Amino acid sequence: MSSKTIKVDVLARVEGEGALYVNIKNQRVADVKLRIYEPPRFFEALLRGRRFDETPDITARICGICPVAYQMSACHAIEDAFGVHVEGPLRELRRLLYCGEWIESHALHIYLLHAPDFLGYEDGIQMAQYHPDAVRRGLRLKKIGNRIMKVVGGREVHPINVKVGGFYKAPSKQKISELGEDLKWAMYAALETVRWVASFSFPAFERDYEFVALQNPAEYPLNEGRIVSNKGLDIPVREYEENFAEEHVEHSNALHSTLKARGSYLVGPMARYALNYEMLSPVAKEAAASAGLGRDCLNPFKSIIVRAVELVYACDEALRIVNNYRVPEHPSVDLVPRSSVGYGCTEAPRGILYHRYRIDDHGLILDAKIVPPTSQNQKSIEEDLFQFVEANINAPKDKLQWQCEQAIRNYDPCISCATHFLKLHLEQE
Amino acid sequence: MPAPQKPKLAVWKFASCDGCQLSLLDCEDELLAVAGAIDIANFPEASRALMKGPYDVSLVEGSITTPHDEERVHSIRRSSKFLVTIGACATAGGIQALRNFKDVREFTQIVYAKPDYIETLNKSTPIKDHVFVDYEIRGCPVNKQHLVEVLSAFLHGRKPNIPNYGVCVECKRRGTVCVMVARGVPCMGPVTQAGCGALCPAYARGCFGCFGPKDTPNTTALSGAWAGMGVSDQDLLRVYRTFNSYAEPFRKESEAHEQ
Repeated sequence: MSSKTIKVDVLARVEGEGALYVNIKNQRVADVKLRIYEPPRFFEALLRGRRFDETPDITARICGICPVAYQMSACHAIEDAFGVHVEGPLRELRRLLYCGEWIESHALHIYLLHAPDFLGYEDGIQMAQYHPDAVRRGLRLKKIGNRIMKVVGGREVHPINVKVGGFYKAPSKQKISELGEDLKWAMYAALETVRWVASFSFPAFERDYEFVALQNPAEYPLNEGRIVSNKGLDIPVREYEENFAEEHVEHSNALHSTLKARGSYLVGPMARYALNYEMLSPVAKEAAASAGLGRDCLNPFKSIIVRAVELVYACDEALRIVNNYRVPEHPSVDLVPRSSVGYGCTEAPRGILYHRYRIDDHGLILDAKIVPPTSQNQKSIEEDLFQFVEANINAPKDKLQWQCEQAIRNYDPCISCATHFLKLHLEQE
Repeated sequence: MPAPQKPKLAVWKFASCDGCQLSLLDCEDELLAVAGAIDIANFPEASRALMKGPYDVSLVEGSITTPHDEERVHSIRRSSKFLVTIGACATAGGIQALRNFKDVREFTQIVYAKPDYIETLNKSTPIKDHVFVDYEIRGCPVNKQHLVEVLSAFLHGRKPNIPNYGVCVECKRRGTVCVMVARGVPCMGPVTQAGCGALCPAYARGCFGCFGPKDTPNTTALSGAWAGMGVSDQDLLRVYRTFNSYAEPFRKESEAHEQ
């Protein structure tokens, strides 16, 4: 009986700690386990008894890579609880901050974490010896995303200026205008990024995913929308828990999310793109077309192209906001705590991030629920691996192992978030 | 003559958000220069090439929260010439140290349907509770310039030039008018170590203590001043219990307001 095991004990170039185990028996994949051994930190428990206005600062600490996403979902959930809607220049400023995080996170993943897989390098630094211009371009793009976060949020990791109801201080017209020159270069660099990644070669692999993303009639989704899918789901954020289940499996410290009606689903750039193509700006649509993308993309290895198209969009959108910026009259709107439940869902760079809080009359949190994008993608990642390994069962073990790692990195998994993720074991019997 | 061997750097992670090690990748202007001067020998977040020790400098992020990690940190210490902790988790236990004041079993039950699957310690503890630490970089997150400064200091055999005074000094140097005196906004600046550049007061909010207690902080006097501004014991308790809640001065002060 032939047997093979792929084991990756420390999955590299992902945010957080995880491992992968694949078992192959008699030329068939017997088992795939994505093990998240990142230690649990119990955020939903430690939020109990905290005051509503502490949630943006506390939940940011779930993830150093996408703190803005946590801050935004927390703010929207609590504003929902108190019946407040943030509009006008404050809403635009939030969108600008979020674009900054998308640019930083997407540039980091494309250039330093994912591109080395396609070009056969261990990391971005080794890649820099052979592709110095590309790596420098990626680092400068990343820096521009960080600069937006610094100007609007105060700093790159765990911004301090985000407040439930708006901001502590609105940046001056001049500070925002100064971002314009950088963003014009970033647009050019993002378009160059699309051309560069579209030239990579991609394993032939497609799956019929259920894509889940936010959708709203006005714009490509960041902060707001209904939760929709390409298989008929269309619900307001408050019905999330009625439609999705979280399952606790023994091999992982991250809970697995499923759609109660249909099982696994995919969140993130590929889902957003398929469900919101029409809302992309003309320059982003053009970049997608020139890279050979249709209205959707079913090959997860090509997610790097979709991510690059989103990078174009985020730079374009940030530039639009910068050019039209008006200083808000008040940096935040007033809130009156009341006994209530609030729901929030926003598009983190890796996909939808759901928060729900139950709050008492004094504004103290009674209980909290947080569902990060990577725990929603876990099942889909395992299914990709299952099918990919089965289709490539005779590939040399080293190559197969590297491609398995790459298949996981397609999702830009953020394990720190999901714990509540990678070693790779490939076992053949 | 062969080229001199480059010093080896390792980056390790325990319970944390990854934000402090990301700060190393956030040194966009310095990253390639740093990578030219040292061998990044173990940095899983950035590279799949993992070299064996010993290492010249180990940067350690995160706190100790599992029996496995309690063991792992010793092997890291054994393979490192200098061990530097980065951030509030590694130096003070982090936000996850809030469990230290509660029952961790209850926390596990709140978050996980099958608590038996979860292996965790009762307390989240800083690295120095387990092994000798050569230097601690504060902050939630660290200031990335501090990372570059400490790396160059250790590689050149000199003392890192990092301030240990309070945030108030940074406000004065920055020319920020005191939010507490002028506007009556409660601020942790008087007891908190500098390093962030006194960000929060510059954004019209009080400091909330990301960098942990400064040397000889007078927390009792600060709590008195806050109480005089109408802040309740219950609120004071929460103020000291955030990202550095298990650092001794903040822990003791919070306990003084526990009813």
